[in-house]
Amino acid sequence: MSATTASQGTGPNFSSVQGHGAATMNPSRLAIRNLDFFYGDHRALKAINLDLPERQVTGMIGPSGCGKSTLLRVLNRMYDLYPGQRATGQVMMDETNIIDAKVDVNSLRARIGMVFQKPTPFPMTVSENIAFGVKLHEKLSKSAMEERIEWSLTRAALWGEVKDRLHSSAMGLSGGQQQRLCIARTIAVRPEVILLDEPTSALDPISTLKIEELIDELKHDFTIAIVTHNMQQAARCADQVAFFYLGEMVECAPAVQIFTAPKQKRTQEYVTGRFG
Amino acid sequence: MSDSTEHLVKSFDTDLKRLRDMLTEMGGIVESQVALAAEAIMNRDTNAATRAVEEDPKVDALEREVEQFVIRMLALRQPMAGDLRRIVAGLKITGDLERIGDYAANVAKRSIVLGQYTLPYPLTGLAHMAEMVQEQLKTIIDAVGSNDTEKAVEVWRSDRVVDDIYNALFRELITYMMEDPRNITPCTHLLFIAKNLERIGDHTTNIAETIYYAVEGEVLPDTRPKGDSSAYAVIRAKE
Repeated sequence: MSATTASQGTGPNFSSVQGHGAATMNPSRLAIRNLDFFYGDHRALKAINLDLPERQVTGMIGPSGCGKSTLLRVLNRMYDLYPGQRATGQVMMDETNIIDAKVDVNSLRARIGMVFQKPTPFPMTVSENIAFGVKLHEKLSKSAMEERIEWSLTRAALWGEVKDRLHSSAMGLSGGQQQRLCIARTIAVRPEVILLDEPTSALDPISTLKIEELIDELKHDFTIAIVTHNMQQAARCADQVAFFYLGEMVECAPAVQIFTAPKQKRTQEYVTGRFG
Repeated sequence: MSDSTEHLVKSFDTDLKRLRDMLTEMGGIVESQVALAAEAIMNRDTNAATRAVEEDPKVDALEREVEQFVIRMLALRQPMAGDLRRIVAGLKITGDLERIGDYAANVAKRSIVLGQYTLPYPLTGLAHMAEMVQEQLKTIIDAVGSNDTEKAVEVWRSDRVVDDIYNALFRELITYMMEDPRNITPCTHLLFIAKNLERIGDHTTNIAETIYYAVEGEVLPDTRPKGDSSAYAVIRAKE
């Protein structure tokens, strides 16, 4: 079932309700078409069709091993590093199929950034963490780089907390701060799409809420996909939610529909905790 | 559909079952209140009237209990999808049941006053209406217990008939009042009684709609005609 048909539910009409969880989707930024992914002989993703709407948040949920993290890894070609792993089908960004081997991975990753489950700051100072990625893609003057560092730390809601320690080691930051630093590092290269792979699973509830607030802010400028095991988090953050099971996308619909009246029985069972 | 499989957290299922039990218990009391109130009018039975009124505090207490239980479940279980719909439905149904109980008690109280008057006509229309309302209420409370949307739809459709009887009754009572001013007091009470029964029918229909949404995740189409036209009725005395 494609995202576009799935979102036209016949359930209660929430589109008139203002606020979070918009029922209307923006035009697609990434269009995934008939995507298969293989770990050797194992087919981990089966004919996935999904649109990531521009400047909206797509939540991906499903039990462990359902393929949601795999899909995220495909979207910025993380699998390129591993022999025996391959993707077939299309992931269209503008007119380009980004899983085509001809597409340069480095420039792709500048357009599609990724943040991982555990904060992964480099063992460098806070500002070097930000500058590192930027230098790979752009030649900036010292002052322009300083501006970029302040801009990305501000966008990642971290500036106030680190502005006096830009030149101390990033390893001294708390877990939540480190994760926001990783987000700052990702947005510093000004990507179009941000992929978040369980970005708060290693964080305490307050740091988690800060990241969620940040996601809400960032979606004004970026297209976001978030993989999460936390259903409430998907409910809080996502505009549309895709439910995966055994490598298939079972259902994709506006978050409000997935969490109030999903169409598919398996989605219903999963979101209500009846998966056995 | 979620009933087919058990919840991974067993105590969640226990909670859901408890909510349903509370609602059917409350429904049972309200049903008996309406039956007693109907008996009170038809048989001039003051004893039945008193019992109907006396049940009211029990219903109110159960409503509060359900409300607290629902809030607790929302806070502690953070329900989703079908569970969320059913729990919120529980909150709405308890409110409707409480109102039905109130209307029944009001009918019972009026029947006591009515007992002091000799009525110059039979209460056939009213008896028929009371019967229908009771039948619908019974069906809907069964549906609450069994999540039976077919029954809910049946009730939802049949409310039109109750409305029609009410409208006929309204005109009939007005006519009696015009015939003889001494009829005004008892007929006014009867009018309120009929209106209360009609309101009970409306709340029963609300419950039907709520059950349908809770189970199916879709709302019933808003095409059921609103049947009480007495608000627009103009009856002129003969010149």
